[in-house]
Amino acid sequence: MKVLVSVKRVVDYNVRIQVKSDGSGVVTDGVKFSMNPFDEIAMEEAVRLREKGKVTEIVAVTIGGAKNEETLRSALAFGADRAIHIKEEGEVQPLTAAKAFAAVLKKEGAQLFLCGKQAIDDDANQTGQMVASLLDIAQATFASKVEVDGSKAQITREIDAGLETLEVDLPAVVSVDLRLNEPRYLKLPDIMKAKKKPIETIGLGDVGVAVEAGTKTVKVAPPPARAKGVMVKTVDELVSALKAKGLV
Amino acid sequence: MDFSLTPDQQNIRDTILKHCQQFSPEYWLQHDHDGVFPQEFFRSMVEGGWLGMAMPSEYGGSGLGITEAAVMMQAVAESGAGMSGASSIHIPVFSVQPVVLFGNEQQKKRILPRVVGGEDRVCFAVTEPNAGLNTTEIKTRAEKREGGYLVNGEKIWISTAQVSNKMLLLARTTPLEQVKKKTEGLSLFYTDLDRAKVEVRLIHKMGRHAVDSNMLFINDLFVPEEDRIGEEGQGFKILLHGLNPERVLVAAEAIGIGRAAIFRAARYARERIVFGRPIGMNQGIQHPLAKCWAQLEAANLMVMKAATLFDKGQECGVEANTGKYLAGEFAFEACHTAMLTLGGMGYAQEYHIERLLREVLIPRTAPVSPHMILNFLAEKVLELPKSY
Repeated sequence: MKVLVSVKRVVDYNVRIQVKSDGSGVVTDGVKFSMNPFDEIAMEEAVRLREKGKVTEIVAVTIGGAKNEETLRSALAFGADRAIHIKEEGEVQPLTAAKAFAAVLKKEGAQLFLCGKQAIDDDANQTGQMVASLLDIAQATFASKVEVDGSKAQITREIDAGLETLEVDLPAVVSVDLRLNEPRYLKLPDIMKAKKKPIETIGLGDVGVAVEAGTKTVKVAPPPARAKGVMVKTVDELVSALKAKGLV
Repeated sequence: MDFSLTPDQQNIRDTILKHCQQFSPEYWLQHDHDGVFPQEFFRSMVEGGWLGMAMPSEYGGSGLGITEAAVMMQAVAESGAGMSGASSIHIPVFSVQPVVLFGNEQQKKRILPRVVGGEDRVCFAVTEPNAGLNTTEIKTRAEKREGGYLVNGEKIWISTAQVSNKMLLLARTTPLEQVKKKTEGLSLFYTDLDRAKVEVRLIHKMGRHAVDSNMLFINDLFVPEEDRIGEEGQGFKILLHGLNPERVLVAAEAIGIGRAAIFRAARYARERIVFGRPIGMNQGIQHPLAKCWAQLEAANLMVMKAATLFDKGQECGVEANTGKYLAGEFAFEACHTAMLTLGGMGYAQEYHIERLLREVLIPRTAPVSPHMILNFLAEKVLELPKSY
C-alpha cells in the first residue's frame, strides 16, 4: 500500500512571532522555519505503518517555493521513499493546495492521504477535508489512533465526549492530531541518505490546477497586550466587580 | 567569501538543538550534582549516528568534516548541555581521528565501528603531570618486549577514563637521549584500559562533574604490537594533525556555552520586573549583553574560518589558535555578564548560569592556555622573539 503525506514549511514553533509594522503579515525574514509539527506526526505515523508491514511506499508532497525543498529533505530523512515538490512561489491557499494534492493522490494511486490536522501558521484546518471532498473519498479527522487492515482503516478520534472510532474505506484522507504519536528524532545517517533520495519538481499546471485566492488577508495584528489587573480581597468583591463589567 | 552555514550545516544545527531538547537543563544540573556520566544522552547520540559524523562511511560513519563536527558540538553545548554534554562525546567524535588517518585497514575495521556504535568507550591518555604542554618531555615509557611493549608511567587530566574500556595512549618508545629530535621516539597506541594494570584516580574539580577527569597510574601494562597506531616513533607527528581541529571544536563549544548564558540572561532581563519595569529596559543591562553577543559572533566567524580552511586542507594554525583564544575569553565574559545580569539569582544553581560559568573555564584553559596562544601569535604573526 502506498501512502501520500503532505508536509508544510512553517515558521518554527519556538520563534517569537512578530507582526509586520504595516499589518500585512508576520515577519519571516531571518526567521527559522521547520516542518509543521502536525505534519511530522503524519510522517511518523506513515513510517510506523511501514514498520508494521502495512505500508510499502511513502511519498511526501509539498506545495510552495524553492525553500520547501528543505522540508521535503526532512520528510525523506524521516523515512519517505521519494518526494514531490509542487513549486509555487506565490501565496497558496487551502483550496489550491487541496486541488493539487488531490490530483497527485489520484495520479499516484495512493490508498491513504495523511496530513496534519492543521498548519500552525494559518491554523486553517481545511486542506485534508477538501482533498477528501474533491475526490469524493472517505475522511477521518483529528486521528489519535490509526489502524489499517486490508481495504479499510479504523481511526480513533478525540471528541468532546471522549473517543470516537470510525471505520473508513480506502482510499481515505486522515488528518492527525497531537496525541497520535511522538515523532522520532532524526538520525544523521538518515539525513545523509535523504540527500540521495529523489525529489520530483512539478508546477501547478502539471496537475491541471490554477492558483485561486478565495480569501484575502485584510489585516494581521498582534493580540492586545494584557491590561493591568485589579486585586480583589473577597469572593463578594470579585462577584460585584464581574457584575459591574457585565461579565456575569 | 561566504559567511553562512550551508543548508546541510544548518540542518545539523537545527536537528541537534532539537535532539538535545530531550535533555533539559535540570538533567544536566542533576548530573553535575551526582557526578554520574550522562549515559542516556551518550546513548541517544550513538543511536542517532552522531558519533560517526567525521568517520569514513565504510566504517559506519557519515564522512563529514570538522566544520560539521564544530557545528554539532556547538549546538550540543548551546542547548544547555555545556561541556558536560560536549565532553561526553568529544573523544569518539574527534579524538579517534588518528586511527582514521594513520591506522592500518585491519585496525580501522577492528576499532572504528565499535567506537561509532558506542560498544567501545575510549579515553585519550596523552598529558602528564610533569610535562604540561611540553609533550615531548612525557615520561611514560613503552619498552620493547616480545610481540609488543611494556608500558609504565603516569597520565593526568584523562577525561572519561572511569567509563572507558579502551585508551589512546602516547608513550616514549625511544628514550629522549637516544633521538636526534625531541619530537621523535614517541608512539601512539590504541589499547585496552586494563584496570589490573592501570589505576584510575578521579580528580575532584570545579565543574563538569558529569564527565570525569582522572590521573592514570600505569604499571607494567603489556601492549601488543598490533595496537600501535602508525609507525613506531611517529606518535608526536600523528598527534600534531589533531591540534588545530581540536582547537576549533573546543572554541565552537565555548561559543555555544556563551550563547546559552547570554540568551538565558536576556530572557531573565525581559521577565524580571523591578521598580515597575523589566530590568532589561536598562541600558546598564542591555549593553553588556549586546557587547557579549557581538564578541561571541565575531569569535565564531574566526572559528568557522579555521574549520573551513582545515576542511579544505589548508594551513589554519593561526586562525584555529586565534579562534580558540577569542572564544575562550569572550565566552567567559559572556557567562560572567550573564551572572551579573541575574544578580543574586545568577549564583543560584537552579538558574544554570553558575554551572555554565564553571564549565566555560575548561575551554578557556584547555587544550592550550590563552597565554600560550598569545606567545604563538606573537612569534608566528608578529615575528617577535620566542619568550620561553
